[in-house]
Amino acid sequence: MANVPAGLRYSKEHEWIKVEGNVGTIGITDFAQHQLGDVVFVELPPVGRVLKAHEQFGVVESVKTVSDLYTPVAGKVVAVNEALEGAPETVNTSAYEDGWIVKIELSNPGDLDALLDAAAYEAHIKED
Amino acid sequence: MEENLKRTPLFEMHLKHGARMVPFGGWEMPVQYTGVIEEHKAVREQAGLFDVSHMGEFEVKGPQALDLIQLVSVNNASKLAVGQIQYSLMCYENGTVVDDILVYRLGENHYWLVVNAGNIDKDWDWITYCKERAGLTNLELTNISHEIGQVAIQGPLAAKILQPLVPNVVLDELKFYWAKTGVSVAGIRVPVLSRTGYTGEDGFEIYCKQEDAVAIWEALLEAGEDDGLVPAGLGARDTLRFEAKLPLYGHEINDLVTPLEAGLGFAVKLKKGTDFIGRAALEAQKANGLEKKLVGFEMIDRGIPRQGYEIAKDGTVVGSVTTGTMSPTLGKNIGLGYVPVALSELGTEFDVIIRGKAVKAKVVETPFYQPRYYR
Repeated sequence: MANVPAGLRYSKEHEWIKVEGNVGTIGITDFAQHQLGDVVFVELPPVGRVLKAHEQFGVVESVKTVSDLYTPVAGKVVAVNEALEGAPETVNTSAYEDGWIVKIELSNPGDLDALLDAAAYEAHIKED
Repeated sequence: MEENLKRTPLFEMHLKHGARMVPFGGWEMPVQYTGVIEEHKAVREQAGLFDVSHMGEFEVKGPQALDLIQLVSVNNASKLAVGQIQYSLMCYENGTVVDDILVYRLGENHYWLVVNAGNIDKDWDWITYCKERAGLTNLELTNISHEIGQVAIQGPLAAKILQPLVPNVVLDELKFYWAKTGVSVAGIRVPVLSRTGYTGEDGFEIYCKQEDAVAIWEALLEAGEDDGLVPAGLGARDTLRFEAKLPLYGHEINDLVTPLEAGLGFAVKLKKGTDFIGRAALEAQKANGLEKKLVGFEMIDRGIPRQGYEIAKDGTVVGSVTTGTMSPTLGKNIGLGYVPVALSELGTEFDVIIRGKAVKAKVVETPFYQPRYYR
């Protein structure tokens, strides 16, 4: 079974977000990394880019597939995980920790209300 | 999963091994078990076991069997000794590809044609049409695809693992692209055992009765356990064949390109002595020179090329990618694609358009991985 930590918020597109202050750290879920298989490439956005909620901000590629990344919340990119450029497989091995992808300064914290909690996300992936 | 997908006799085995099943060429097939890269490396370093029961087999028997094969196949099947196998293609009159095939000569007037799973119906229609048009009646042509299962064991340890299961065959004497009939594998009589494969490694393909596929699969896995034999899916099969530059129908070859453009001229025998379908067109293309050509390339800047991405030079689209990925063996982002002949020289730089951005690449030598066949 996929690991779905409590305390994070989730999108139906399989991104997670962990909010501290007004900054959200975003990555893809354990379920998503498992579905993708071996991640071999991550395309990161430039720091400073301003994103609308649900806007595509990057790409994660496995050996076989290319998947778009969407931000669950609106805001400005304040940091990207550059370590993924050299070690994209970290997304597989540590989806919720070292495999984080971007940090976004939230422009509308209300966006979080539209996201799923762990229980709701778990129910969502069971339907998939 | 889509409706109406066919299942191989090994379907339950795939589920048992935790495979992720995907649609492929009308079949529900395992794309991976533990992971594409891990399975890929197992085949390069030890051995992997593939279910390739979806492949098609046509049996051709009788006095005019060779005549039919010579008509539809661009290679020269009259050169085959009994037990020998040949890579070939079937072409349309305009020289473009119907399918690539293996021609097995199993007896004096007895052949098998092994065709791609997704093309079985199309190929069958094509061959029966050609047979009737040419008035070839003194032969028996049978589609035996639904009776035959196929298991491939591939990798440097394949022979070591298989040998104890085939005590009546000396595998050292069975060279690459040769086959044996009437062999028993793990005590089960199989129609054909051949030293062939689609990975760039040494290996064998075991054609069995569908109902025997599970027993053979399990016997091989058990025999190979200590040597690191693992089930391998279509994902690894694709990256393995790609590194060895083995073409895949629907990628490098299709009905819009010719074998000459695809770099498969070695299989086209224009002077084989009998006419074949597509010969005139291929002869003319050879005489006039090619306009486009399949090349291998390596990304210089960051990005992974994928099938269908455009190739551009100085801002103008000049070609497209047929296969691309991160190569598990080389750890590089590499691809195959069609470009104008003027851009096919080693070292030539061009751009691959990845999500709207021009990403630099250069032509490199192929195959990316030098196959290790047992000759």
